Amino acid sequence: MKDDLAKLIDRIDAGRMGRRGFMGGAAALGAAAAMPRMAFAQDATPKKGGHLKLGLGGGESSNSLDPALTLSQAPYNVMAHIGEPLVRVHPDNSLDMRIAEELSASPDAKVWSFKIRQGITFHDGSKLTADDVLKTMQRHSDEKATSGALGIMKGIASMRAEGDLFEITLTDANADLPYLMADRHLMIQPGGGIDNPAGGIMSGPYKIIVNEPGVRHTFERYADYWDDGLGHFDTTEILIINDVTARTSALQSGQVDMANLIDPKIAALLGKAPGITLRQTQGRGQNVFVMHVDTAPFDNNDLRLALKYAMDRQEMVDKVLRGFGSVGNDIPVNAAYPLFDDSIPQREFDLEKAAEHYKASGHDGSPIILRVADTAFPGAVDAASLFQQTAQKAGIPLELKREPNDGYWSEVWNKQPFCASYWGGRPTQDQMYATAYISSAEWNDTKFNNARFDELLMQARAELDQDKRKAQYREMADIVRDEGGLLLPMFNDFLDAHNAKVAGWVANPNGDMMNDQAAIKCWMA
Amino acid sequence: MHPVAKLVAQRLALGMLLLLAASALIFVGTQILPGDVAQSILGQSATPQSLANLRAELGLDEPAVSRYFSWLFNAMQGDLGLALSNGQDIASSMGKRLGNTLFLAICAAVIAVPLAILLGLIAVRYQGRWPDRVISTVTLATVSVPEFLLGYIAMFFLSVQFRVFPSLAAINDGMSFGEKLNSIALPVLVLVLVVLGHMMRMTRAAILNVMQSAYVETAELKGLRKFTIIARHALPNAIAPVVNVVMLNLAYLVVGVVVVEVVFVYPGMGQYLVDHVAKRDVPVVQACGLVFAAVYIGLNLVADVVSILANPRLRHPK
Repeated sequence: MKDDLAKLIDRIDAGRMGRRGFMGGAAALGAAAAMPRMAFAQDATPKKGGHLKLGLGGGESSNSLDPALTLSQAPYNVMAHIGEPLVRVHPDNSLDMRIAEELSASPDAKVWSFKIRQGITFHDGSKLTADDVLKTMQRHSDEKATSGALGIMKGIASMRAEGDLFEITLTDANADLPYLMADRHLMIQPGGGIDNPAGGIMSGPYKIIVNEPGVRHTFERYADYWDDGLGHFDTTEILIINDVTARTSALQSGQVDMANLIDPKIAALLGKAPGITLRQTQGRGQNVFVMHVDTAPFDNNDLRLALKYAMDRQEMVDKVLRGFGSVGNDIPVNAAYPLFDDSIPQREFDLEKAAEHYKASGHDGSPIILRVADTAFPGAVDAASLFQQTAQKAGIPLELKREPNDGYWSEVWNKQPFCASYWGGRPTQDQMYATAYISSAEWNDTKFNNARFDELLMQARAELDQDKRKAQYREMADIVRDEGGLLLPMFNDFLDAHNAKVAGWVANPNGDMMNDQAAIKCWMA
Repeated sequence: MHPVAKLVAQRLALGMLLLLAASALIFVGTQILPGDVAQSILGQSATPQSLANLRAELGLDEPAVSRYFSWLFNAMQGDLGLALSNGQDIASSMGKRLGNTLFLAICAAVIAVPLAILLGLIAVRYQGRWPDRVISTVTLATVSVPEFLLGYIAMFFLSVQFRVFPSLAAINDGMSFGEKLNSIALPVLVLVLVVLGHMMRMTRAAILNVMQSAYVETAELKGLRKFTIIARHALPNAIAPVVNVVMLNLAYLVVGVVVVEVVFVYPGMGQYLVDHVAKRDVPVVQACGLVFAAVYIGLNLVADVVSILANPRLRHPK
């Protein structure tokens, strides 16, 4: 355990040092000064006890304890406290075996079997069995289900439980299936949660004591939790603080010990505040502009390329993300993903090429409307304005249309041909591409339809030879980069912060707040 | 029947009628909101299948008129239904929020109302001289600054710099009364500053109006002190407009403080309503709308009745 931790810390420190080049000078100094390397070594041994207060944005009074319906940061953190999935994903992308103790696959990667760990109990004292796992998965994959995980349960042909084994048979081979089981919605519930989906009885390291959605949630360590390596605080408390200024003030005045979603504008300053440590995590989250490749004028690849070249990505990273991010390359994956080929050439800002492609597209000069709202991603309107400026320099008549935040995701995104949006990360390249780029995907927000790409995705999914897989993903990335409707100017870093009372932070590229698990993995310094 | 009792009864009946009309408006309003609740609950994870399932489960496929009457009938019996988004009982979760909102509003009002009237009296007493000017300028300034900015300024100085009061006003049941008062010090301060100016200026204007009257001149000729004249003779006759503006501000303290709630993370009604509007959680929005309408109508009713009672011509008709 200790060795693992030390290894991870080294890796992360190395990663951070390597990323300095991306950060503005002041920002780098602020962030780095606040993170003395020694601090890690001193408190590498977890201590039990204490009370942790988290101030989190991304919670509403309408939140539910039903894991199927969780959709934002606060409920994700609540679920990580009280629930546990079959597996989780370590920061280095290896599998963290939780409720499943072992897993095995048939050679064709179609039948997967999970051995359920013995001795796990739910918070009501009942035993967790393979049958509970089966029923949970059945609830999420039920035709009548309203689960956010319904999409990823679709490839399952049949499931069964026998003794302490839970077995999934897939319609098509998928070498990444275990990663799908790490989905945030797939927390195991007694009887699958069919009778009482929002009952809050699960098998995680903490029991929920007070549940006031949108206000506060309090937790108490579950005495019979099976793994001593998690859940170090005696009690924890989540306060929902959606206002970013209020959240940072609460951290600075010591009313909370940890806060998420730090505003990049003040992150560098906050990192310099006494006792506050800023945590910057290079992740897979991305700020994007999406064009429908089946709708004029975006059905013309020259026009798409013109727009891609007319974007000054570095300027956006510097001005919109204040350096807390990295430039994108019009592919929805980056080096944080396993099997990523980092020799793909970076798309440069090139007004001449943009003008050339624009001319070649034969566009009639009518305005090209980009729809944007603040809710698309923080700073979306600013980013779009920067894009408009540079595009006009290349002679592209780009115009912005402000849309209301309210209803943006139901009325604009995935409906209008050109708009701003964002994506969170997925654990694997396969999942990212399958979610939004395969022609049959529900959320194919660029209406991308490329037969070769679809074929490669299916081949790579069933391929167990990692080198071949990497080459297949490279070819797919090239197709999306040069033919797709995705304009990806930047990957944003996750920004969290905590005070000196908290120790044991290990960044996880899968999500902010150590992929929701900050409260269950950290301890009192 | 005594004419005053009759007038009050009339007002009450009118109030009820108004509330009924408001309920219909609220219902229609929530029906024409764009977007739909199923889409909002599922957000980006929505698939056509899960959308259709959720809609059927929530009963969104019934006609609107029958939904209105069953809603109204249940609401009259105190059953506001379950929140669509998380299945919690609306009456109990809203009851808690309403209690918090009233607590904050009452604390602010207890300070703001007497202070506003007193400052109004002082401003009249020293009309045109420096105390009047200072009071008018300061209160006008605090009214003009947006309330979130007042909040941030108070937070920066009183909680981050000097740590006098907490920046979070998140009260809960486990706190003692004293702890609760300490928690809400900053939002109360901001709210007092926000409502003070309006009430104080109205008090000042109403009293100045009365000061032109012949009986005030008589009182002056009797040799009464200026402050006694204002407090004993002018104020009682200026009470009707003052009560009106006080009630308007009290109503504002209950229904309009969502920005202050957000800044200080106060678990009140405003945030509760906004969250559920965002999720298209119609039953909650309707219930909140109804409560807000009742508060507004009720407080205006009180203002009307007090004005009637304060007017001797209405109290003693010939």
